[in-house]
Amino acid sequence: MHELSIVSSVVDTVTESLAAYPGARVLEVRLRVGALASVVVESLEFCWEIATEGTALEGSKLVVNVLPVVMHCVPCGEDVTLEGVQSFRCPKCGEPSFDLRHGRELEIEAFEIDEMEVAEEKV
Amino acid sequence: MTTRIVELRRGILKKNDELAAGLRGRYTAAGVMVLNLVSSPGTGKTAFLELTLKEMRARGTRVAALVGDLETDNDARRLAASGAPVRQINTHGICHLDAEMIGKHIQDWEGVELGGLDYLFIENVGNLVCPSSYDLGEAIRVVLLSVTEGEDKPLKYPTMFNSADAAVITKMDLAVPCGFDRTEALKNINEIRPGIRIFETSVKSGVGIEEWLGYLEEQRAGRGTQSERPAR
Repeated sequence: MHELSIVSSVVDTVTESLAAYPGARVLEVRLRVGALASVVVESLEFCWEIATEGTALEGSKLVVNVLPVVMHCVPCGEDVTLEGVQSFRCPKCGEPSFDLRHGRELEIEAFEIDEMEVAEEKV
Repeated sequence: MTTRIVELRRGILKKNDELAAGLRGRYTAAGVMVLNLVSSPGTGKTAFLELTLKEMRARGTRVAALVGDLETDNDARRLAASGAPVRQINTHGICHLDAEMIGKHIQDWEGVELGGLDYLFIENVGNLVCPSSYDLGEAIRVVLLSVTEGEDKPLKYPTMFNSADAAVITKMDLAVPCGFDRTEALKNINEIRPGIRIFETSVKSGVGIEEWLGYLEEQRAGRGTQSERPAR
């Protein structure tokens, strides 16, 4: 339900960072979203076009990289990756754990810009 | 066409997280333990909080509450009947409370100083999805589930249950007529959040309330107001 505000926040952050690249056109924005982030990827994509309209990000592609939950299993002595979010037990030994190492991420990883347009602007 | 990748690695909710960290520091400095109550609409957060405030005040504990809803101040009026200071936060369409709203409502809360409180309860907007992403600087996040909602709620909304520190099952007086499968519910909660403390309560019969109040005292005595919550 709050995907539009998340997307708007992404647009604002990227727009701020673009100040260092005057005239650049954004081609792609990459997000890292954990399986426990409470965000629906389809909704993010749906909101993207609306939120980027009239900004330097208009026409860019949104790429969402969904990360699985990784937790630390004490008996196994290692970090294990869960297949889903329906059970927080080690897939190897079955021991429950609440020592999460990944899965709550909600971040902008990177964005890609067209540098030619930056150069052209400078000419 | 030459392209360049600009690495950002920045949290999307960074602004909220920073504000929440600031709030957490203020709560600790003021010596107030802050709890964030989350559930679906209709679970009985307000009824549960009404009784909690009333019982705690009867024991001389200094309590206050902030309550979030899209519209109306109905819940604030209900909670204020306990005699505790209560302030309504109307989000006007926003599906969750965020740290900025909390900071603003604490700032100009007439007659209430954080330093004069033992506990501050924040009743979030009824929603099991979005509030899980927004840290309010709380020491304890409490998720509530009523017996009328179905035993599989934790499996359907894993993020919220997984991010909670305590779980409260409400309306236990209706467990039998609703055919509530207690074993299944407890199992599901534990599957999503292993080791979580669970309270089975009813504000009608009073069952589980003493245990809940004991937990609140224990938490405050045991760790002061320091949060043991992992950073989100």
